[in-house]
Amino acid sequence: MTEIVFEHVAHRYGDVPVLEDVSLRLAERRIGIVGANGSGKSTLARMVNGLVQPTSGRVLVDGLDVARRGREVRRRVGFVFTDPDNQIVMPTVREDVAFTLRRHRLPADQAAARVDDALETFGLSDLADRPAHKLSGGQKQLLALAAVLVARPAVLVADEPTTLLDARNARIVGEHLAALPQQLVMVTHHLDALADFDRVLVVDAGRIVADDAPAAALEAYREVVA
Amino acid sequence: MIGFAVPGTSVLHRMRPGVKLALLAAAVTVLAVLRDPVQLAVALALSCALVPLAHLPLRQTARQVTPVLWLLAVAVPVHAWFGTWPDAAAMGLRILTAVTLAAVFTMTTKVEALLDTVQAALRRVPWIDAERVGLVLALTIRCVPLLAAIVREVIDARRARGVGGSLRAIAVPVIVRSLRTADAFGEALVARGYDD
Repeated sequence: MTEIVFEHVAHRYGDVPVLEDVSLRLAERRIGIVGANGSGKSTLARMVNGLVQPTSGRVLVDGLDVARRGREVRRRVGFVFTDPDNQIVMPTVREDVAFTLRRHRLPADQAAARVDDALETFGLSDLADRPAHKLSGGQKQLLALAAVLVARPAVLVADEPTTLLDARNARIVGEHLAALPQQLVMVTHHLDALADFDRVLVVDAGRIVADDAPAAALEAYREVVA
Repeated sequence: MIGFAVPGTSVLHRMRPGVKLALLAAAVTVLAVLRDPVQLAVALALSCALVPLAHLPLRQTARQVTPVLWLLAVAVPVHAWFGTWPDAAAMGLRILTAVTLAAVFTMTTKVEALLDTVQAALRRVPWIDAERVGLVLALTIRCVPLLAAIVREVIDARRARGVGGSLRAIAVPVIVRSLRTADAFGEALVARGYDD
């Protein structure tokens, strides 16, 4: 497993503290992050691949300082956002998945094989030539996953990937996430999705207030939001 | 209207995007030179003949071209008012033919193939960052449906609240949402490795 280390990390938006003195070592296969809106959980997740830089402290991914070697880290850490519409760049499903690989400079046949494989994995093969922005919400989120995972990162960070989805699509996306071979760090409000996770962090007011197995951590979370 | 290639195996689908782009540029140049409405009508007929040649669905092709008819419905009479009807007809036919040819081009060319072609051509120019130009092209194409969706949602939201649609009342939320979307889009591009 990839080792993600937070060393006394803090972050402020202007004068407003968002994270304060967070120190963690994450090496489990399935890590959940929960917290109320504005608690700092998304900021914590974004720091893993350098989308947000710490104001103080540092974040290391397999020993690489995210602030200094962001590009290398992002090759290892994929990121899926809440709203898949913001991740779709190309007009059709196949082209959007292939877009990720344009920077990888793979031979055309290898890139095409990887794209086909990703489309197949996420059940998008039949939609490959459809306009991407006309897919349903669930299909768009699966496309976002395919577009990130076609690069074969070692870690996937998912920031509330099922929040905008109905129950059926949330279940489908959740099943795909559960089946991933990658290490997964997932921010979510869907507490049921964390039952089989190895570790759950509870974030409140910029601090980790619980860090435990799912049952104990979620109990602590319920007390926080009660 | 950009970016919706219809899969197919016709001669136009198989033609290299660079060749198609050059032919399109040449055809539009010829159209700009033609003055006779009869010649331009023949050009329009020929461009329409490309639609069945490429096995493109008629309704989908018509949807690409129809918006320009609204523009021409205003522009042609205005042009005739200030000039002559033959000149106005020539202008209308010229624009309609060019749009039809552009629609055939976009419907038979995948954006990815077009980007590859543009980037391959630009890589020969030492002072141009071909990758960046390709990315800008891709983003421009993507922004058309994205902005259209934002405008539609803002107008719907105002209707739902029973508020009239003054230009300022629509423009402000559209601009704010567009800027937020641009931020999120940039973040997503960085996450996908486009971080330079």
